Amino acid sequence: MNILQRQPVWLTTLVSFAFLVIGWQLLVTLGGYQKFILPGPLDVWRQMQIVAADGRLLRHSLITISEIIPGLLIGCLVAAPLGYLLAKSPLAERLISPYLIASQAIPIIAIAPLLTIWISSVYWSRVAVAALVVFFPILINMVVGLRSVPAELYELMHVLKADNGQIFRKLEFPAALPVFLAGLKIGATLAVIGALVGEFVQPQSRGLGFLLITARQSFKTDLVFVILVTLAVIALSLYGLVALLEKQVLRWKLQK
Amino acid sequence: MSSPFLTAVNISHTFHDLPVLENISLEIQSGDFVALVGPSGVGKSTLLRILAGLLRPSSGEIHMADGSRQEPIGLVFQRDNLMPWRTVAENIRLPLELMGMNGREANGRVQAMINLVGLAGFEQRYPAQLSGGMAQRVALARALVHEPLFLLLDEPFGALDALTRERMGLELLRIWEAMPVTVLLVTHSINEAVFLADEVLVMGSRRPNTKRPATITHRIPTGLPRPRDLAMERTAVFQDCVTAVRAAIESGV
Repeated sequence: MNILQRQPVWLTTLVSFAFLVIGWQLLVTLGGYQKFILPGPLDVWRQMQIVAADGRLLRHSLITISEIIPGLLIGCLVAAPLGYLLAKSPLAERLISPYLIASQAIPIIAIAPLLTIWISSVYWSRVAVAALVVFFPILINMVVGLRSVPAELYELMHVLKADNGQIFRKLEFPAALPVFLAGLKIGATLAVIGALVGEFVQPQSRGLGFLLITARQSFKTDLVFVILVTLAVIALSLYGLVALLEKQVLRWKLQK
Repeated sequence: MSSPFLTAVNISHTFHDLPVLENISLEIQSGDFVALVGPSGVGKSTLLRILAGLLRPSSGEIHMADGSRQEPIGLVFQRDNLMPWRTVAENIRLPLELMGMNGREANGRVQAMINLVGLAGFEQRYPAQLSGGMAQRVALARALVHEPLFLLLDEPFGALDALTRERMGLELLRIWEAMPVTVLLVTHSINEAVFLADEVLVMGSRRPNTKRPATITHRIPTGLPRPRDLAMERTAVFQDCVTAVRAAIESGV
């Protein structure tokens, strides 16, 4: 174990991935499963090459990504100001937060069909589902981030005669940023789920969700696996991008 | 004689129906160093916040010398309350930024303060990289960089070890002597109060068996010459003053 801990991250990741693939193949071989029940890693690899070569994988991926990104942005743009309002105004919190919390008790899969009734555009109804899923964690983290600002720093800003704009720019924004970015990391992966749920409800002929449904209906289980892997790669990339942004913005956190 | 720097008249304060402060009147002369002592929970910090203009008293009035009310003041807390995302130099620069001062003038003032509190070489460090004493020096520099007329210190050395605390007290005196600033220091330490201040105000309640509502029960001039040094702590004047302050706190009245 000690030897493994001392290795670079990419090597340990590679080793764990290799174990996963080998275990998977062993399960398929020893279990004698048919391809449409559980395809092996080689079947999935072959299928991935096919859909990559005929351009389907890229085309549908780009459509799903084009729903994820605006969904994430819109979710942030609505949640961040609302979070600011809730953190700053006890009255607003008392009036709004019960409904916000209650809305989280309803699964997104139950709300999504409603959105497709209200929003006629297939594309925008999917974006809306993604935005809705992203909304709550961003909102909560915004509130928590702003509440974490020490009261004494507000007092300091007041005795220095700072106006509200200065208090926001020089105190609240930088103080809440780490917690907000942590929320954005969660939101980035949830946006992928949201876009996919949107596509399940509105599966009109495009997107990875559509491809997934058709693959399952025609028992192309290896293609289902290809799509799952692709979704995981998209989610990991988005998470990585936010983590990279975090590293740039919060450089002061790394100094020790 | 010119009018006092700060005059508080009949300040009373009630917090959620609980009377905390009662009929506090005090005068602070310009350039004075005044210490405020009393048992914990007596309302020292509440009074400091009222004098800082952060809290409006339930009744009573505060007058300050012409224009001083509008000037930004200096404030230091027990915790350094530095902004962890700003370097030492950026933390000290904050009051100047808020006043709209930038560029060479601001840089010059920040560097002068860094030198004054003995932090040269640490300009680019972040607060997480500083010891408690160093962080509190930065907080002190931040409180003074805009050359306030009034400096309020709320247990500024309370979180430091005894040796660092003693040294910080001496540094504070050195800085105060170099700047035309009026100081109000809230502290738990009687020794610290007597050693640093011209006058020690003792807070307590005039009613038996309770801390509230509190008022200023005694004002005790320390009578020590300036500049001060640690040897004075062994003099009879110092010891007598400490004894008097301790008796005043314990008597309550």
